Amino acid sequence: MAVKTLFDKIWDNHIVKTVNAGPDVLYIDKHFIHEVTSPQAFAGLEKRKIAVARPDQTIATADHNVPTKDQHLPIKDALSRKQVETLTKNCERHGVNLYGLNHPYQGIVHVIGPELGITQPGLTIVCGDSHTSTHGAFGAIAFGIGTSEVEQVLATQCILQPKPKKMRITIKGDLVKGVEAKDLILYIISKLSTSGGNGYFVEYAGSAIESLSMEGRMTVCNMSIEMGARGGLIAPDQTTFDYLQGREFAPKGKDFEKSKKEWLQLRTDEGAVFDKEITFDASDITPMITYGTNPGMGIKIADAIPSEKSFEDDSEKSTFIKSLDYMGLQSSEKLLGKPVDYVFIGSCTNARIEDLRTVAEIVAGKQKATNIKAFIVPGSKQVEKQAIKEGLDKVFEASGFELRQPGCSACLGMNEDKIPKGAYCVSTSNRNFEGRQGPGSRTFLASPQTAAATALTGVITDISRLN
Amino acid sequence: MKKFNKIDSTIVPLPVENVDTDQIIPARFLKATTREGFGENLFRDWRYLPDGSPKTGFILNDPSVKGEILVAGKNFGCGSSREHAAWSIEDYGFRVVVSSFFADIFKNNALNNGVLPVQVSQVFLNGLFQIFETNQTAKISVDLEKQIITNNDTGDSEHFEINEYKKYCLTNGYDDIDYLLSIKEEIATFEKN
Ligand code: SF4
Repeated sequence: MAVKTLFDKIWDNHIVKTVNAGPDVLYIDKHFIHEVTSPQAFAGLEKRKIAVARPDQTIATADHNVPTKDQHLPIKDALSRKQVETLTKNCERHGVNLYGLNHPYQGIVHVIGPELGITQPGLTIVCGDSHTSTHGAFGAIAFGIGTSEVEQVLATQCILQPKPKKMRITIKGDLVKGVEAKDLILYIISKLSTSGGNGYFVEYAGSAIESLSMEGRMTVCNMSIEMGARGGLIAPDQTTFDYLQGREFAPKGKDFEKSKKEWLQLRTDEGAVFDKEITFDASDITPMITYGTNPGMGIKIADAIPSEKSFEDDSEKSTFIKSLDYMGLQSSEKLLGKPVDYVFIGSCTNARIEDLRTVAEIVAGKQKATNIKAFIVPGSKQVEKQAIKEGLDKVFEASGFELRQPGCSACLGMNEDKIPKGAYCVSTSNRNFEGRQGPGSRTFLASPQTAAATALTGVITDISRLN
Repeated sequence: MKKFNKIDSTIVPLPVENVDTDQIIPARFLKATTREGFGENLFRDWRYLPDGSPKTGFILNDPSVKGEILVAGKNFGCGSSREHAAWSIEDYGFRVVVSSFFADIFKNNALNNGVLPVQVSQVFLNGLFQIFETNQTAKISVDLEKQIITNNDTGDSEHFEINEYKKYCLTNGYDDIDYLLSIKEEIATFEKN
């Protein structure tokens, strides 16, 4: 039998047919939907007078546009309320399971899929959201799609996709103490740039990846899209199985053992060929932070922002200058010690229980700096519940952090959680685009550890130097 | 979907790299439940001041600049998968976006909405920006059938790629769902196995 990559094994297994000189018709196992990118797709179905093909393979939640305070009350913003109500109506009409506001399973779509055990190795998963790549951490092919494609999947459970090229990124060796999965992925993106992965599906491999927890692997796969890759995935192993066992929708008992045997086959065969291979040394990675307005503009936290002179290409140089101008920063400036105004711990990149525990451990018994407004938005109801069960809410409160209710929140500033114009925010989210966290907001992307340390000191802080 | 064949038009240049979909249409304008009207907020925060008045200097606010072809720097449409970005470009009146590089999801979204992404070489792209500097009324033609983009002023032209299937869809105003619905039986058979 021909040797294959992990990606090929799953993709080829889901091809219904290949359109002549065109894309593949790919069968989708799980389709996640949310309030923002689905209404027009449902409207399309109504127009064609067709029903959702596989409601049992469709999972809905409300996350992007929900308030993170007083979720038990009606949503104040009329447009947001209408969007959430539209989702509810559409799900009712088509028999789709909805984990809406106040449901114990509600949360950011990429947090709830894994924690409910819906996300499993070997599956094809799509969602009208670019960070669907998160689910690849389980050895699944998961990618974001547009609303027309959401409509395709609702209508037929299939999608037309050209097969992407394959890239393997190997991280050799062990991560240095104090370096998190977030630093690892920010490092990779800083090396590849925001378009370096364009056209590729990435498999992450190597000892540094294998030693990550499931939460860490999700953080890495989550940000694959930030280098332009279609998605990222990691071969399932014992860490994956241990995470899945016992989860609500994961196979149980004998079925689990049977699935596990199949999942163990999901690895790239020895000798399988990738279109591109890149290797990094884990020991080179330190805590990272971004300084610019795309996630590729990252540096080691103790380094200075690059010098304007280091850009040879004119249009790259002008992009750099435009970014620094927006951020109110100087070429060659150091970021360590720079005062910030906000710390946001949240998003599908870093709002899982492990992230909240990390933050709690750092801030326990300490006070946030007075210049900082710090808020924590858990990724899901279950994360929130677990945090309260472990008493993390008390730790946060005592340290001056506000714990909100689940949702996307200031990751994209669609609800009222916005960073004001000109204010600096150290954020555990995934995008630092102009205005992403609110018009005029200025974002530094970093790990939960760096965010927590910065909240305590009030200035950008290297966690390895905090005592 | 609107059919696409050939377009002759002046261009609207946006020589910025890595234009992400948050710039094309910021998240706070994604609250609608229909597809219409997004053109109004295309490039919202580059185009308008917080009080809603137009920002002078931004290309879309220059009344002398018009056209159905948007020409942008490399890696256009990166970031969020929001199809609202393609809707706002289409709704504003653009039928073609030219860049030296497109983000994958945006490319699909554009094609699904009758907007043609034309990927050209950096040299050709720079040529378009330059021609605009000297002659704002220079016309560019984009021929989907022949897969050729021509700078009518200089006569320079370049071949562009598009897959056969997508070309067929665009020229016939046919969309993917029509196709997928037509192979329902095959999908059902696949599900059984
Ligand atoms: S948390 Fe942010 S990146 Fe993740 S799904 Fe929500 S808006 Fe998108």
